[in-house]
Amino acid sequence: MKQENPANPEERKFTINFGPQHPAAHGVLRLVLDLDGEIVERIDPHIGLLHRGTEKLIEHKTYLQAVPYFDRLDYVAPMNQEHAFALAVEALLDIKIPKRAQYIRMLYSEIGRLLSHILNITTQAMDVGALTPPLWGFEEREKLMVFYERASGSRMHAAYIRPGGVHQDLPPQLLQDILDFCAPCAKTLDDIEDLLTENRIFKQRNVGIGVFDADAVQAWGCSGVMARAAGLEWDLRRSQPYEAYEEMRFEIPIGKNADCYDRYLLRMEECRQSLDIMKQCIERMPDGEVSGGEGKIAPPPRAEMKSSMEALIHHFKLYTEGYHVPAGEVYRAVEAPKGEFGVYLVSDGSNKPYRCKIRAPGFAHLQAMDEISKGHMLADVSAILGSIDIVFGEVDR
Amino acid sequence: MPIPSDENMTELCEHIVSNLGDRCTFGIAHGEATLSCDVDNIVRVLSFLRDDVGCEFKLLVDICGVDFPERSKRFELVYHLLSMSLNQRIRVKTALGEGEAAPSVCSLFPAAGWFEREAYDLYGILFSNHPDLRRLLTDYGFEGHPLRKDFPLTGYVEVRYDDNAKRVVYEPVALPQAFREFDFVSPWEGMDAPLLPGDLHAQKPESDS
Repeated sequence: MKQENPANPEERKFTINFGPQHPAAHGVLRLVLDLDGEIVERIDPHIGLLHRGTEKLIEHKTYLQAVPYFDRLDYVAPMNQEHAFALAVEALLDIKIPKRAQYIRMLYSEIGRLLSHILNITTQAMDVGALTPPLWGFEEREKLMVFYERASGSRMHAAYIRPGGVHQDLPPQLLQDILDFCAPCAKTLDDIEDLLTENRIFKQRNVGIGVFDADAVQAWGCSGVMARAAGLEWDLRRSQPYEAYEEMRFEIPIGKNADCYDRYLLRMEECRQSLDIMKQCIERMPDGEVSGGEGKIAPPPRAEMKSSMEALIHHFKLYTEGYHVPAGEVYRAVEAPKGEFGVYLVSDGSNKPYRCKIRAPGFAHLQAMDEISKGHMLADVSAILGSIDIVFGEVDR
Repeated sequence: MPIPSDENMTELCEHIVSNLGDRCTFGIAHGEATLSCDVDNIVRVLSFLRDDVGCEFKLLVDICGVDFPERSKRFELVYHLLSMSLNQRIRVKTALGEGEAAPSVCSLFPAAGWFEREAYDLYGILFSNHPDLRRLLTDYGFEGHPLRKDFPLTGYVEVRYDDNAKRVVYEPVALPQAFREFDFVSPWEGMDAPLLPGDLHAQKPESDS
């Protein structure tokens, strides 16, 4: 829509609508862009087109029934979300989980990070015109989703990390297969990097675009790769370790220029670090239980239910009434692939959460879109949108 | 970077409370510090937390509402802050009644913009001096505040595409089966009043005589 200004015919102000269905929007996003010629003056993102009322639904479900909703938030790295919820519930219940469960959780959190970063790197490349990286990257994602399936029975919506541990133990061959996957995957990452890192077009579209420095990052509440690209040494796995991350050796890559290109490089390096952590998890995987703890929040073994009345009652009560969580409030966050994913849980002592606020990293990042994009060209909007890594499942909830 | 412990958290809270005087109180539970203060003091408390050299809570992680309909001030507004330099988190809580407005903290933390819009959208909490207080997550033209406890889970309207009118139409929710919610509370445990299911029928209605 052109706004004619009779006083000044030279003025070229446009307001255009981007989305809600647009291949570069990474989902259902509507942007209202105020342009001066081809320069972006203001962006007003309209979100909520994928709003499903997750928080309201969780208030009406038991703690166990709430778990699958977390898979549907950031659906490219489902288990990382479940992890934050499980940590919050365990904090309120004040229980410790078995060591083996911690290692399986870390292993699958890193698989989730790989899933998310590969998707982001390749689609960011596609947003600026490269077609081959997605074809190569998605093959690796497919293999990772098979690992999800072999552990949980589901390729994406796993519901595997549950309060008290993980749902079931891993099948026997799986750990060896994941280990065998790591080296060829590193090779594929090298291949993708060959295509992109020194690619002239890719650099022209990304270097110096979407610069967001450390002060702005903090003011706008950004986390994850956004913060690290701005030179902030901040990774919750290192600074506020959960599970057994303090036992893992890994590097945290830091950016210098805080632009789209740095964010791409960081994700590439984090993929390699994730592969490294996966290997360490498998090598040191302890034996033992994968769920349990006091308070009967994990189901009894099948075999026991055939002979023990107590176990049968426990099973029935667990899957109908669920367990009661002591009254209180807690905030627990994990370093999800996209940044700090937090769950603020308020319990009134019943078997259902009284309030479950989901703090998604993408929400804060998309909010900063206006600030990041000001003064850029229209074509840069899709490059910036690609590099801040938005998934609407978690932004809209 | 030091990993936060309960001792330096207590120390930090005492530092904050000694500087802010009687404007707020603190408590520590589950390894997390919570400050409570009045709505009117929220800007002062948050700006102190952000600017004081002993705090440096520069990151506003989250703002959210919680609804307690039975309280006289029904809404609780919860701010989560993070200090990267101290590696500490803190929660600031305040209570406000329906129709009361909380001062917006957008001028302190630009990140507050959408979080406040979300709290307004989902709970109807008002924010004074907010630059752009519009609905955020719900539909264009939506009525009501869905996360309030008295808002039904099913909502009031549903949408469908009407082939005759060639557009999407809004209609009142019609459920083939009523939404059933079970509390699963056993009648033998934790009973406050000695009333069992079915006892109601045995009682004589008061209005009859």
